[in-house]
Amino acid sequence: MALSHLAASASRSSSLLKPLSSALSLRRSISGDNSPLTVETSVPFTSHQCEAPSRSVETNPKELLTFFRDMALMRRMEIAADSLYKAKLIRGFCHLYDGQEAVAVGMEAAITKKDCIITAYRDHCTFVSRGGTLLEVFAELMGRQAGCSKGKGGSMHFYKKDSNFYGGHGIVGAQVPLGCGLAFAQKNSKDETVTFALYGDGAANQGQLFEALNISALWDLPAILVCENNHYGMGTAEWRAAKSPAYYKRGDYVPGLKVDGMDALAVKQACKFAKEHALKNGPIILEMDTYRYHGHSMSDPGSTYRTRDEISGVRQERDPIERIRKLILSHDLATEKELKDVEKEVRKEVDDAIAQAKESPMPEPSELFTNVYAKGLGVESFGADRKEVRATLP
Amino acid sequence: MAAIFQGVGAAAALSSSPSNSFDSKKFVFSPCRSFSVRKGASFAVVRSDGRVNLNPKGRRAQQLISNAVATKSDNAAASSSSKPGHELLLFEALQEGLEEEMERDPRVCVMGEDVGHYGGSYKVTKGLAKKFGDLRVLDTPIAENSFTGMGIGAAMTGLRPVVEGMNMGFLLLAFNQISNNCGMLHYTSGGQFTIPIVIRGPGGVGRQLGAEHSQRLESYFQSIPGIQMVACSTPYNAKGLMKAAIRSENPVIFFEHVLLYNLKERIPDEDYICNLEEAEMVRPGEHVTILTYSRMRYHVMQAAKTLVNKGYDPEVIDIRSLKPFDLYTIGNSVKKTHRVLIVEECMRTGGIGASLIAAITENFNDYLDAPIMCLSSQDVPTPYAGTLEEVTVVQPAQIVTAVEQLCQ
Repeated sequence: MALSHLAASASRSSSLLKPLSSALSLRRSISGDNSPLTVETSVPFTSHQCEAPSRSVETNPKELLTFFRDMALMRRMEIAADSLYKAKLIRGFCHLYDGQEAVAVGMEAAITKKDCIITAYRDHCTFVSRGGTLLEVFAELMGRQAGCSKGKGGSMHFYKKDSNFYGGHGIVGAQVPLGCGLAFAQKNSKDETVTFALYGDGAANQGQLFEALNISALWDLPAILVCENNHYGMGTAEWRAAKSPAYYKRGDYVPGLKVDGMDALAVKQACKFAKEHALKNGPIILEMDTYRYHGHSMSDPGSTYRTRDEISGVRQERDPIERIRKLILSHDLATEKELKDVEKEVRKEVDDAIAQAKESPMPEPSELFTNVYAKGLGVESFGADRKEVRATLP
Repeated sequence: MAAIFQGVGAAAALSSSPSNSFDSKKFVFSPCRSFSVRKGASFAVVRSDGRVNLNPKGRRAQQLISNAVATKSDNAAASSSSKPGHELLLFEALQEGLEEEMERDPRVCVMGEDVGHYGGSYKVTKGLAKKFGDLRVLDTPIAENSFTGMGIGAAMTGLRPVVEGMNMGFLLLAFNQISNNCGMLHYTSGGQFTIPIVIRGPGGVGRQLGAEHSQRLESYFQSIPGIQMVACSTPYNAKGLMKAAIRSENPVIFFEHVLLYNLKERIPDEDYICNLEEAEMVRPGEHVTILTYSRMRYHVMQAAKTLVNKGYDPEVIDIRSLKPFDLYTIGNSVKKTHRVLIVEECMRTGGIGASLIAAITENFNDYLDAPIMCLSSQDVPTPYAGTLEEVTVVQPAQIVTAVEQLCQ
């Protein structure tokens, strides 16, 4: 039954790819320009306790080509991480985001780097969209010094403070109260920024989410809770875990919006709308209807609880990169060959980054004890024996 | 503002009139170590340049002194006696510390249940909401997991929240946030984020509050890497530790005790802090080292009177810093007395005493003349009946017996 729903939304999208704006008779260069373009989203938004935004999204060729490149980069990065994991260069947990790239890319297009994003453990692509480099990603995944957390965090702990990316959290649902705390700080500083706290359909059943939502609504915080609904909480389908899988309605008194998460432009429109809403009226919930091609993590084949037909069906009909590719081609913004060249470029970039990351050394043994406490700040303080808290390794 | 960095805790004279089962005799503590300035100590140290600055409150910049009780040049008309400083109860000392830090730094905010309009269930935050407004003193719904998480999220951006658990036991609901996010984010982010949060609340066995409201959470939190834990026991160190905890860039869990809120003491007028990782020498001695913290300090001091009458000379140290232990002070004491007794309110299994025994044995085994004794609460849920509850915690008579056994 999930498959039919997915197919239905896909058929509607294919009919809307005829260009709606002024036709561009001349082929633009691959870098595109800023001339405005209006595209309709694949499906209309469904709303709860608020007015849905319009289906027509303002964009321009440059943005579409950026979308394509970024999503291709993310896709390539995740596939490469898959191979690295199988080669045992990445160990432990590795949760891949391929299929869901449109959410990261669309959200970034709607906001600034001053807005905060916090997410759970499926954070590689969100980190990249916030400005993280491929080298930092692969080095951190392999536990090397050049990683964004110096190799001490791993796949589930990517952070980028200077672009307000707050991670990267392993415990399901715990990042949502943190996100509301970020929104509280933003409200305090009055700088007209918002926080996007992302969570999955599995985490949507956590109590702390509703606690945090209650407090955010009470205190009027600019918090936007985004449920990335990929329909499976690890191995459990959403209808088996939630009595009411309409996650955008779960906020009750908090307005919600359901968005096609495989359409980057719809995501962009929704996030823009949500930001305006949150700054004026407090929290709002966005439900991104998306899909992950890989299993929950590298140790999950992803096919025991869903059929391969379902996965390939979604890939054929709703793939975010294919959608943007068709959009670009139908609007004559680039040729097939140019897009293929972009993909080749991106592949080379990823390979180079991996090679560089492999050369980065493992952290020094002394790094085991650094950053446990923040030293030398605030009140003068010291550990036992009046020295730094430190032990000597044999 | 003249600020004095206090190395050793005790004030010159303590008049304690606690409301409960202690004798209201006076305990006199004399600081046994003079304070020495470490070279390069950057925090405000009073310089002895002989200048006298009279500020509006009548304080005077003093030479470097070991106790923080300054003499006032003019008679403060407000204080009825000629003694320096001002007298207050422990919860008022905490409130003063909070208020001063909130004035000093606009990023400090307080969140908890009933801390704002109600004034705090133990009156620690009384008056703060009126003074600082609803955005800095926040009444939360009963949702410990999420408001602790929110405090930690706010701390990641640079705010300095003070999160109150109405009773420490309620913070068990926020254990995930405290352990995984509060303690570990500085490490897992490779140093990008500091979490300057203070999580405070009353814990410990009270007056027949029942099992769930008499928990001692220090034993549960002690293994979490990345946090610091302190326990206050007097109005002086309560205010000092509170201020230090708020100024620290590390997450600090601040343990108060339900029965100690009404302790009265005279504390200095000027700005002072207590070092977060330092133990307090309560009573220097020669025969045995008694390590204790929080409420058990008073049981130990009661027992000490009996012991002194019997001819013993116990050295009493209030360890104050539960994580990390001040092994320097403790070690010096062990090297002097060679006998250790730990008196704590935690359970015996996996408690602070258990860790302390391990730490002392590992580091100072050669200096011990006898095995370390540890008196802890019984490993039972705290019963409601008064007589049973009394037996659950360590009583002064048991401490006396233990010392006599140890010193045989």
